[in-house]
Amino acid sequence: MLDVLYFIIPITIASAAPLIFTAIGGVFSERSGVINIGLEGLMIMGAFIGILFNLFFADTFGAWTPWIALIVAMLVSALFATLHAIASISFRADQVVSGVAINMLGLAIALFSVKMIFGKGQTDFIQQKIPRFNVPFLEDIPIIGPMFFKLVYGSSIMAIAVAFIAWFVIYKTPFGLRLRSVGEHPMAADTMGIKVTRIRYIAVLISGGLAGIGGAVYSQTITNDFGHATINGQGFMALAAMIFGKWHPLGAMGAALFFGFAQALAISSSSIKFLADIPAVYFHIFPYVLTILALAGFLGKAKAPKALGKPYIKGNR
Amino acid sequence: MNIMSNRMINILVPVISILLGLLVGAVVMLISDYNPITGYIALWNGIFGDSYAIGETIRQISPYLLAGLAVAFAFRSGLFNIGVEGQLIVGWFAAAYVGMAFDLPKIIHLPFALIAAAVAGALWGLVPGILKATLKVHEVIVTIMMNYIALHVVNALIKTLSGGGFKLERIHESASLRSEFLSNLTDYSTLHYGIFVALAMVVVMWFILEKTKTGYELKSVGYNDHAARYAGMSANKNIVLAMVISGAFAGLGGAMEALGTFGNMSSMGGFTGIGFDGIAVALLGANTPLGVIFGATLFGSLKYGANNMPNEAGIPVEIVSIIIALVIFFVACGYIIRVGLIRLRNKKEAK
Repeated sequence: MLDVLYFIIPITIASAAPLIFTAIGGVFSERSGVINIGLEGLMIMGAFIGILFNLFFADTFGAWTPWIALIVAMLVSALFATLHAIASISFRADQVVSGVAINMLGLAIALFSVKMIFGKGQTDFIQQKIPRFNVPFLEDIPIIGPMFFKLVYGSSIMAIAVAFIAWFVIYKTPFGLRLRSVGEHPMAADTMGIKVTRIRYIAVLISGGLAGIGGAVYSQTITNDFGHATINGQGFMALAAMIFGKWHPLGAMGAALFFGFAQALAISSSSIKFLADIPAVYFHIFPYVLTILALAGFLGKAKAPKALGKPYIKGNR
Repeated sequence: MNIMSNRMINILVPVISILLGLLVGAVVMLISDYNPITGYIALWNGIFGDSYAIGETIRQISPYLLAGLAVAFAFRSGLFNIGVEGQLIVGWFAAAYVGMAFDLPKIIHLPFALIAAAVAGALWGLVPGILKATLKVHEVIVTIMMNYIALHVVNALIKTLSGGGFKLERIHESASLRSEFLSNLTDYSTLHYGIFVALAMVVVMWFILEKTKTGYELKSVGYNDHAARYAGMSANKNIVLAMVISGAFAGLGGAMEALGTFGNMSSMGGFTGIGFDGIAVALLGANTPLGVIFGATLFGSLKYGANNMPNEAGIPVEIVSIIIALVIFFVACGYIIRVGLIRLRNKKEAK
């Protein structure tokens, strides 16, 4: 039993980390009142840019390459998210439709560029991957140490840190208060002198940046190259984690870890004795079924921000 | 004098979106060091080049028509069905399974396979419909999740049915939509009778919406569900009904692929994309039956014609996906185009 946990928990954390980044991004956007179905497309962009940068600059930056690639992926995805922000905040577009367009556009641009640059359907493999650490001292704790603190990806530690930082920003800072008020009742917020449009733009850009990091983490830890199926539903799974976590950063993190666990089981169930008889498909659909159940209220009420999806038009009641 | 009527503006918005999409597509090609003119000529030849290309283009339009109808029908009832993709996948599977597992005379087998596809799609639409009607769960998220459930479940079923393989057996000839006549007419393309099924469904949608009491109720719920409820209509019943009919259209779209184009089903690494392109079709066609024909023709042609671009112009096919995504984006931003057009009109009127 313990062997199984030693095996599964590291996979869980590794597959959860990209989901955590992206889901937290979703929390920022949706808490400000802007639906972001485009997380998948933003993640694709991040995954692609991460790999591209890594391949071209590995010689220049050496071991620092994957980390700088994360930053570049963050910036490019944030820039890409600007499209969604302009459409849904300034141009009053249907936010779901705009998100769908972002998803299609992200995939199309990434694949177009891959074919143009590499002349084939996928990129080469990267040489500089995100490194794994042993956390000093903590790795020596019996049982828990080897489970959680041996050979963890640096990015996984970052993901957990980002979730706590996001919690602090959203619940303990003036910006967070403004963000939440803009998503619940933009008119009241506007009356209090909060710039609704500006806050929403910032929130959507943050969501783009975090989704970009999420994508780049995924491609630089799990696949190590980029092709058409590199990001295949992770963005939507992050969206599910955000909802399952009830639009709360720590909840989203918990849900992402849980979904990561389901993915780890799906990958490794055939090699675990008492799970081998359960078809992997149950583990595959598990996160999606849970999200539907959560939304239906069977797992406690999940309440969306009140102004979610509604463009704010000054002077309208 | 009124230079631009509101009706004119309604038509101009999608037209401008298409032009902007093609324009930005050309810019993308320019930046990427390709020649946009060669690119668009290759695209044109890929669509209309010879009778084979025309046949394949029409073949590609059939599932787009049905996917577009599915999205449009839900939209008219005030629902956003992003789940067309999943409904199409289960429809594809149902049709392929019935086509393969049974051996019946054609007059029974073909309708049976088509109905199986429609029922499978309808069931997949029923779940979000019921959740929306009874528990007020937003259909967008549920349908997205249903897409992934469809993908994984169908892949697992294919694996089980084929004894661990990745492909179902071919359907029997008696369930096939393939047509020797249409194929010969178009230089041995894979054009099949599905296009007639799809066009018939366009008429069905028009008939339901414009000529029946149910259609009137569906539209009323779409416009204003409070008013519809006040008038004694059951909003809940209509929401479920709209999702079921929408799912049935999508399921039939899957049947086009199962019984016409491919004749079987292989396990899928990702989505077909037809369901998502259906959103583009419906939006561009303003959710009307006639508009869907227009949208499906445009996007189906672009999608098939794109296959000629790598050969003739050396441009990756994905350029067309970029253009389609851009068109959706611009249609979504229709508000700002509309404002621009109205300003232009007022300026001209002032002179």
